[in-house]
Amino acid sequence: MKLLFYPGCSMQRTARPYLDSLLAIREAIGVELEEVADWNCCGATEYMSVHRVPAHALVGRNLALASRQAQGTDTLTAGCSACYLNLAKTDQQMREDPRLAAKVNDALQAGGLSYDAGSLKVRHLLDVVCNDVGYEAVQAKVVRPLHGLRLAPYYGCQVVRPDPDARWDDREHPTAMDRLLRALGAEVVDYPLKTQCCGGHMTVIGPDVAYGLIRRLVHGADAAGADAIVTLCPMCQLNLDAYQIEMNKHYGTRYAVPVLYFTQLMGLAFGRSPAELGIGKEFVPAAPALARISDQPPAAAETAKKKRRPRAADGLPMPRVG
Amino acid sequence: MSAVPSPSAADREPECSAFLREVMDATPGDSRLNMCIQCGTCGGSCPAGTEMDHTPRRLFAMIRSGLRDAVLRSNTPWYCVSCYFCTVRCPQQIHITDVMYTLKGMAIGAKLYRDNSPPDFSQTFVDYVEHYGRSFELGLATRFNLKHHPLSLPAMAPMGLGMLKRGRMELVPHRIEGMAQLTRILDRAKALEATP
Repeated sequence: MKLLFYPGCSMQRTARPYLDSLLAIREAIGVELEEVADWNCCGATEYMSVHRVPAHALVGRNLALASRQAQGTDTLTAGCSACYLNLAKTDQQMREDPRLAAKVNDALQAGGLSYDAGSLKVRHLLDVVCNDVGYEAVQAKVVRPLHGLRLAPYYGCQVVRPDPDARWDDREHPTAMDRLLRALGAEVVDYPLKTQCCGGHMTVIGPDVAYGLIRRLVHGADAAGADAIVTLCPMCQLNLDAYQIEMNKHYGTRYAVPVLYFTQLMGLAFGRSPAELGIGKEFVPAAPALARISDQPPAAAETAKKKRRPRAADGLPMPRVG
Repeated sequence: MSAVPSPSAADREPECSAFLREVMDATPGDSRLNMCIQCGTCGGSCPAGTEMDHTPRRLFAMIRSGLRDAVLRSNTPWYCVSCYFCTVRCPQQIHITDVMYTLKGMAIGAKLYRDNSPPDFSQTFVDYVEHYGRSFELGLATRFNLKHHPLSLPAMAPMGLGMLKRGRMELVPHRIEGMAQLTRILDRAKALEATP
């Protein structure tokens, strides 16, 4: 399956392990990635706040370059949630607002480019892996199932919301990555915070707000008994991993929940070495959690035993029944 | 659940203050902002709502009342984290996150914000994109923090060094080849932004 690929700034740098692990598994899942030549930054959530039309023109250049390059595929995929949403949103808003589309194309023309809204299908990498590659094809490549590993699937915001092209089963409680991780042999813990916000740029401009959000997410995963949080976005990974250290300093806590990309876990299950998957570059080390992966599937009796949902020490008082 | 009916433009007009019309016109597509029923689902869904001086609900009532200065001075849009919870939960399907982007842009244009650090962060990010075509984390974090949180720099140094050590940060920005082309596109787009 051939795909146009927009890596985005983060995947080149802060999320390098995401890119490395994707490149390590692409053959196994039968995906051929063709990078959009000379792509530019998507503008994240910042450019849009300063200039409206230029923000869409900035994204428009990427769409125009991708559509010019498109041969044998009309799917443009991105691994970063913000990159994905910016590409998808500009495409959608150009489709729905002809006045905006005309302005974007007028601007693109100054650079000898044009983009016909709707001519590309913009998809997040997780969407392609779950819905095009498919759970069965993924499962067929598993040589080292992640038995014994308990994972909290964390989707964050912008992949599932606003979901301009209705790609997901639910915008607040999606299940695609849950199924993917189970296909790898891992146990998926109940994680109701799966689409709550990681704080985004608040870690820089309003750390107190961000630390509160990060604490809630890390505490939720920890209380659910997760060995690791699994993410699909560079910003979420950075905030939950690197800023977990800062959050601990802020609150005087000692959480240590590693945060990995779903592609890294796919790579592990496919038998690739942690080093090729960029594992070890996280701030909260994942090695202790990964040491729990066992050769044997968990005993039937153990899985059958209904586990009581752990109660947060600082949660709201709840009536106890029986 | 049936779709919320969309009244004709004429039906909506009496409710529109000039400022409400201005905000709606500056937002791509149909923001449906004039359809707000003041239910408060937005504020109740907002992860940063407790930090806002006005909840989104109240801000929308203020927009409808034409309180331009008070709205553009509000910290509300600057605390928006773009999580889109309010947008997908709004029973009137108002494009709330998009409206917040519009308000940020208008506040920058009118220079009406009390705390200049969030607009400065956005502007610094934009500057890097307009110089190199790519973002540059090290420069962004250093330039922003030097200006706004100089005392926090020593505390943040371990993270910066940790990023470098792990090969997760570069010391120099990457410039795209088509920088001249991108500049022409953005210049033209900025000229078009002012036109109706």
